[in-house]
Amino acid sequence: MTAARGAALTDTAAAALAAATSSAAGRRRRWRRRYLLAALGGAAVLAWALAALLAPWITPYAPATVNVAGRLAAPSAAHWLGTDELGRDVLTRIIFGARTSLIVGFTVVLIGGALGTLVGAVAAYARGWAEEILMRATDLMFCFPPIILAMAIAAALGIGTRNTVIAMLVVWWPKFARLARSLVLGQRSLEYVAAARTIGFAPAHILFRQILPNALGPLVVLLTLDVGNAILVFAGLSFLGLGVVPPTPEWGSMVSEGRELVSQWWVATFPGLAILTVVIGFNFVGDGLRDWLDPHARRR
Amino acid sequence: MPGDADPLLDVRDLRTWFFTDAGVVRAVDGVSFTLSRGETLGIVGESGSGKSVAAKSIMNLLEEPARIVAGSIRFRGREITALPEEELRDIRGAEIAMVFQDPMTSLNPVLRISRQLVETMTAHRRFTAPAARTRAASLLGRMGIAAPERVLDAWPHQFSGGMRQRVMLAMGFANEPSLILADEPTTALDVTIQAQILDLLRALNADLGTAVILISHDLGVIATICSRVLVMYAGEVVEEGRPQDLLSDPRHPYTWALLHAAPRLDEAVAGDRRLATIEGQPPDARAWPEGCRFRARCPFAIEACARHPALLAVDAGRLARCWVTQAGARLASPQPRAATAAARPAAAPSPLLHVQGLVKHYELPRENFLEPRRVLRAVEGVDIDVFAGETVGLVGESGSGKSTLARLVMRLEEPTAGRIVFDGQDISHATQAAIRPLRRRIQMIFQDPYASLNPRMTVGEILAGPLRLHALADTAAEARTRVGALLDLVGLPPAAAARFPHEFSGGQRQRISIARALAVEPDFVVGDEPISALDVNIQAQIINLMIGLQERLRLTYLFIAHDLAVVRHISDRIVVLYLGRVMETAKSAELFRRPLHPYTASLISAVPTLDAARARSRIVLAGEIPSAIDPPSGCPFRTRCPAAAPRCAAEMPPLAELAPGHRVACHFPGSVAAADRDRSRRSEVSA
Amino acid sequence: MLRYITSRLLVAAAMVLLATLIVFLIANTVPGDPVLTQLGDVAANNPAIVEAYRHKWGLDLPIWDRYWIFLRGLAHGDLGLSISSQRPVIDDIAQYAPATVELSTVAFLLSLIFGLPLGVLAAMKRDSWIDHLARAVSLIGVSSPTFWLAFIMLAVFYGWLGWAPGPGQIGADQFPPPDVTGFMLIDAPLAGQWDTFWDAIAHLALPAIVLAASTMGLITRTTRAAMLEALSQDYIRVARAKGLLRRAIMLGHALPNALLPVITLGGLAYAQLLTGTVLTETIFSWPGLGRYTFQSAVFLDFPAIMGVTLVVAVVYVFVNLLVDVSYAMLDPRVMRR
Repeated sequence: MTAARGAALTDTAAAALAAATSSAAGRRRRWRRRYLLAALGGAAVLAWALAALLAPWITPYAPATVNVAGRLAAPSAAHWLGTDELGRDVLTRIIFGARTSLIVGFTVVLIGGALGTLVGAVAAYARGWAEEILMRATDLMFCFPPIILAMAIAAALGIGTRNTVIAMLVVWWPKFARLARSLVLGQRSLEYVAAARTIGFAPAHILFRQILPNALGPLVVLLTLDVGNAILVFAGLSFLGLGVVPPTPEWGSMVSEGRELVSQWWVATFPGLAILTVVIGFNFVGDGLRDWLDPHARRR
Repeated sequence: MPGDADPLLDVRDLRTWFFTDAGVVRAVDGVSFTLSRGETLGIVGESGSGKSVAAKSIMNLLEEPARIVAGSIRFRGREITALPEEELRDIRGAEIAMVFQDPMTSLNPVLRISRQLVETMTAHRRFTAPAARTRAASLLGRMGIAAPERVLDAWPHQFSGGMRQRVMLAMGFANEPSLILADEPTTALDVTIQAQILDLLRALNADLGTAVILISHDLGVIATICSRVLVMYAGEVVEEGRPQDLLSDPRHPYTWALLHAAPRLDEAVAGDRRLATIEGQPPDARAWPEGCRFRARCPFAIEACARHPALLAVDAGRLARCWVTQAGARLASPQPRAATAAARPAAAPSPLLHVQGLVKHYELPRENFLEPRRVLRAVEGVDIDVFAGETVGLVGESGSGKSTLARLVMRLEEPTAGRIVFDGQDISHATQAAIRPLRRRIQMIFQDPYASLNPRMTVGEILAGPLRLHALADTAAEARTRVGALLDLVGLPPAAAARFPHEFSGGQRQRISIARALAVEPDFVVGDEPISALDVNIQAQIINLMIGLQERLRLTYLFIAHDLAVVRHISDRIVVLYLGRVMETAKSAELFRRPLHPYTASLISAVPTLDAARARSRIVLAGEIPSAIDPPSGCPFRTRCPAAAPRCAAEMPPLAELAPGHRVACHFPGSVAAADRDRSRRSEVSA
Repeated sequence: MLRYITSRLLVAAAMVLLATLIVFLIANTVPGDPVLTQLGDVAANNPAIVEAYRHKWGLDLPIWDRYWIFLRGLAHGDLGLSISSQRPVIDDIAQYAPATVELSTVAFLLSLIFGLPLGVLAAMKRDSWIDHLARAVSLIGVSSPTFWLAFIMLAVFYGWLGWAPGPGQIGADQFPPPDVTGFMLIDAPLAGQWDTFWDAIAHLALPAIVLAASTMGLITRTTRAAMLEALSQDYIRVARAKGLLRRAIMLGHALPNALLPVITLGGLAYAQLLTGTVLTETIFSWPGLGRYTFQSAVFLDFPAIMGVTLVVAVVYVFVNLLVDVSYAMLDPRVMRR
């Protein structure tokens, strides 16, 4: 090492390296904080999923057991979250309610997402009139707000979880179609797609085996964020009496049952909190996924 | 106030590091230089050498996670690194201005040009808003924009790239700064526009006395403007001197390598077309090697190189960071190897690829369905023959239709009219299924080494896919063997098969791309700007690889590039395109010796050259390529042609054979090449 | 510009026509039988009564004829008779719409006034306390079930603290002002009933806040993300190199670009507010379209549900049209080539 360089480094090395270590530590802290939220969200979602799965074994009561004598009991050691108008244990019903909410949330988002992705991806790859028709249909479905159309369909098909899910599916796929289309269009213009075509791969191979895997990231993010959304909409429909059939425990209808009971606040408050935690959980997981997938955000 | 004898800018041992998650990247690690008032200084280096970061450090425009960790930057006697943000702001845009690489993204898309110019001036309280507006118009006029008052209230997207760079220059000179930093200002532009902008920059430096620091990867660009040049490698300056000295007698092996890796227009093409390259890649900026940072790649390395050399004087006005030249040794030019005389096969009587009257019109999507449909005339009647074993080069500015032509030949697009015949088989309108067997014989290498490989597939999968599809390998084991052979063919280790594309550098990825094209054993390969995105030395490696493969596998190339020197170097014959039409075609040497079309002549003349005398006497083509949506009548080039006459607007000249194999589409062939020798005519041209 | 608007209008008209078809198909091809619901068991078992009923409502005609009749009726503003109220659906909608427009407009303004600055500030001071606050507020806003939030607000501010009046548009002690525009907040001052006006404002507060919560969350998030995106662009670096003040860079360069996606979202959000008031109105007994829709759904009042659905679709199409046009006016790249 030459003298000149050595001198320069002794002057600056200490400060620079101190800066480096403190700055790296700061970045690690930020990194941990970002993914801490995602981990918390994941834990919340996982906890609810486990509770739903193990509901019959971990709940102290049966969800439909009526106990008129013990109705509207405040939270206590016997009933941690109190009882409702029919004396049913609120905690038990919330845990059983997780089953409906999670199943409906995942069903709507997975089927709607798959359907929408298929429509959007095919539209983007085919271009021309096929794209025109598919995307106009998508635009059209956007004109119907989920709750109103779901109400119309639920009213037409009859009330029940299955019909409500069908109604939600009708309005759910278009946003995935739009996202999938824009993603596939973006990938389509990249040279690896032209390369696959010059090699002679069939369109279906190129679209499903080469393009879609590259477009999956943002779709998975939307999918995750949207489970919470679907749970919210379904709870809203149930609240209006268009979701589950009583006495099936469901969070939205539980809030509805407790809405007049202002002084027995626990009847409506806890199911609502359950919804809030699940939805926030999915939001955290989705945001974490997005940060993780977006190298731009990760670098910052 | 410091006296005039003090330098304008004095940079001492500057170190700018990036504190990233992956470690501390020492992008600039010990840079020193000075700049006098009105001086023009060039900084050259490959991507990652730290030249751009050094420029940003001068204005302290760094963003997290970059930080100046050591060193001093004195501008007019003031220490920039110690200035608080408010005082820095007074210097930025007023005393030091910067012009960035990409004019397309440098202007705010939702603000009018006038607003963006005016705020530059009013922010520094040098002008009132009305005065700034008047000045904005005169600045735009000075930058060569016609009818500046009218375009003042235009939006950025209404301007082409060249026009936007003129606006950026107007912005840079608005407050009469004493220093302007231009970071690759012409890299995103066509060679003809580049020549215009460089001329402008030189004139502004001469007229206003503004000092210029020009950053570029292209020594030719720097040689046209700068009186002194710094060569950067691995975060430090390795050589400094006058451009002509560096070019004729480089004193650092890296400069030497840069110089010999790029083909030059002013040197004859040797029998063996392989270029001199250096091995390997620049070192990792997170851990510079002990000793000389170039040592691992240096063909001249000696024992002393294990210690880090200082930047010391090696001659009058010349500095080099090299033990070898500091000891007085010279770096000898590489001796061109004799042609390996792999006797090129005699041209077959019938062409392998025959393109006749090819037309491609794109119907543009309507803005809304009440507007008439607009048609983009990308290719407008092209005839090309390519014979087995030869390399045909395709040149032209962006918008000339050369990439569309490649996509048509590959039948990624269907032609609107005309014929494409490959080895006797008409594929103009064949279905994809009918072409599939032919795909084995025609393959393509793409421009962007980052987008042309599927990021979700391993290299092994990328290479095995074509083998399995075309039944060249029946079993997985067989495919694996052949993948290994392919990797070996392009100079990559067999272990590469298990890795993903992002684990490779740009040059290595381009090798993978070539291996993919060769997997199906084609005899015809289309290269669509396959080396344009690469650094000079990597370009040379890829050119050498392509030349070697052509000899070994008897390939036929259709090679598209905008770099004329590269095209001349690699091609047997060259086709010049302009707005979708063939302007001229001839044997490579013939075309460059005696260009007959005014467009060809001006294209060649626009190439920045290392020869200063030639640089001063060039034809600078006015204006820009017109839109292919509404091309000029008659000869499409007439709107920019120095030799245009009324006849040119009326009829498109036919592609006539003026000498054996030399065809030109011009009513006045040879008129502008003649003008090059006639000084009075030339000044008229550049006006 | 005129051409652009005309073209967008024609597209919108086509969308509306398609929407009528969808609504009609849902109403006419589904298995649910309104006859049973409306007539009751006894009458439904009498074929003559059923036949007369079917004939009266045109349920015995072929489907395309019925669509044609439906369209012709639409052209005259005829959405059919509501089965439960026995009045023309269009009259019902006209009666209930103003209350909904009032509520959702106030909610929209609230969410803009708070969401937009919060988003901008959060992006300007990234990772500061205000950024964390903005993220927390928007997260809770978009994650809370509206109906539950409404319950909590009512329980706390009406039931417990007594700061806010209960459900309804005005208190029981107030007389509704004479109907001029249908909007309580306009008609009351017009009639000089200032007490009624202030009472109406007080009644509006809770439902508007509840309704605004999720929209504000969305606007804050989008504004923040759009600002950060704009701030990462090259032209921001150029603005810094020009020596502009930080404020000028943020508000003069980044914000105009960041507003573009916010406009798109804002338009959609307003359309959603106009049509998404079902839950809020039901809980707050707000005499608007949302509650009307809910009641119609409960009674399987098809003409009413379909009428509302259609009106809602039309509102969507036209809000979208407005968004497109204002976008075109704000983004020079769309129109001026």
